[in-house]
Amino acid sequence: MADAVVVVALLAVAGLATAAVANRDPARQALVLAVLGTALAVLFTVLQAPDVGLSQLAVGSALTPLLIMLSVRKVRRRSAHGKDSKQ
Amino acid sequence: MGSESAVTAVTHVLPYLVAAYVFLVGCYGLATSRNLIHAVGCLAVCQSATYVLLLAVGYRDGGTAPVFSDIRPGSRPVVDPVVQALTLTDVVVGATVTALLLALTVQIAKRHGTVDPDELRELRG
Amino acid sequence: MNPRARLWLVVLGGGGLAALLVAACLRLPAFGGPWHPYGDRAVRAALARHIANTIASVNFDQRAFDTMGEMTILFAAVLGCVVLLRQARDEHRDPPEPCEVAAPVRRYALVVLPIALVTGLYVIAHGQLSPGGGFQGGVVAATALHLMYLGADYAALERIRPVEAFEIGDALSASAYLVLGFAGVLAGGAFLANTLLPYGTFNTLSSGGTVPLLNAAIGMEVASAVVVLLARFLDQAVEIEEGSGS
Repeated sequence: MADAVVVVALLAVAGLATAAVANRDPARQALVLAVLGTALAVLFTVLQAPDVGLSQLAVGSALTPLLIMLSVRKVRRRSAHGKDSKQ
Repeated sequence: MGSESAVTAVTHVLPYLVAAYVFLVGCYGLATSRNLIHAVGCLAVCQSATYVLLLAVGYRDGGTAPVFSDIRPGSRPVVDPVVQALTLTDVVVGATVTALLLALTVQIAKRHGTVDPDELRELRG
Repeated sequence: MNPRARLWLVVLGGGGLAALLVAACLRLPAFGGPWHPYGDRAVRAALARHIANTIASVNFDQRAFDTMGEMTILFAAVLGCVVLLRQARDEHRDPPEPCEVAAPVRRYALVVLPIALVTGLYVIAHGQLSPGGGFQGGVVAATALHLMYLGADYAALERIRPVEAFEIGDALSASAYLVLGFAGVLAGGAFLANTLLPYGTFNTLSSGGTVPLLNAAIGMEVASAVVVLLARFLDQAVEIEEGSGS
């Protein structure tokens, strides 16, 4: 029974990893990475690693996507600003 | 019976194969990326493959988490705590390294006005 | 190299790597097998030192030196971010206008903030007893503070989170880890050896010798590091503008 849950979690991780790579827009990719982080946390909990699941939940689904979003915002604002000054 | 043993054979290697697949997909994304921020995200995907591999190596059928605050020591088999400790530190330290790479990307965007690796190569040449 | 040649190279190299990885996977011990020699020994060593959470024992006792290396990477990464994301000479600060926050969002953020913060501190404090510890609790506590940005505005966040204090806290907790290591040497043991303090009663907050202290140092280090990192990125994304004055 536990095996079935492990297999489902593994397949979810594989699918979400593909989606995270296929999304070429970094802002969308950050959202997919947040979902991937949550799926990984579920997988780790099913594999009896609650410590790792907890840290993956905090880092993978909150911290990393947040940092990517902030970088995207900075880079976009910068390039918008650059275009304005050229005109 | 035959198909059942095939199913167990698959579940015995499936986690390792998933880890290898996630790693390769991340590498493909890194190599074909047109945006450095997207490349950093792909690197995060590669990192998660190592977590899956380590924890898969340490799993034990019917085992429980190696925490003895609510179970009597020796009463149940537990999974391998060593690989879990390795993964745990890796998750947090990996995030700060991702942050460092993103900081470099922001700095590149400021100095060169682009985050496309191909355009950056032309700028230098 | 043109994109087509590069794609071919990736496919060729990736294909070879995939074949090797699959061959290696088929020869690995089967998933879920009963043979874990290191794990069994780690559990025995943890129980001998009265630590209920074996993972905390591996991190802060059996492999404490390795954790010091991880902490150094963390510290160096934060230092690198602070240097890279500082305000350059051709930039100026432009404090963002405070904007209206929807009342339900505001209420939710302000109610959840203290709960999340206390949860983070609880997770740090019970590191050697239940799942959790300095690494996880530090991240939870640090990100909890940023609910203030969601619930109020950037100025409010800056008031509850003086970045300089957290930078000092980062350095202090890193040195606290080193001092605890050298205390072991002074007491006649080895660097970071857990022989300094009595092991205490199993499954209580004070059990495990130096493990709770090292765990607290890492918790403080990670929390300060994440706060400093997010502060630098928020500064860049929200406040710092290009051009020297407009």
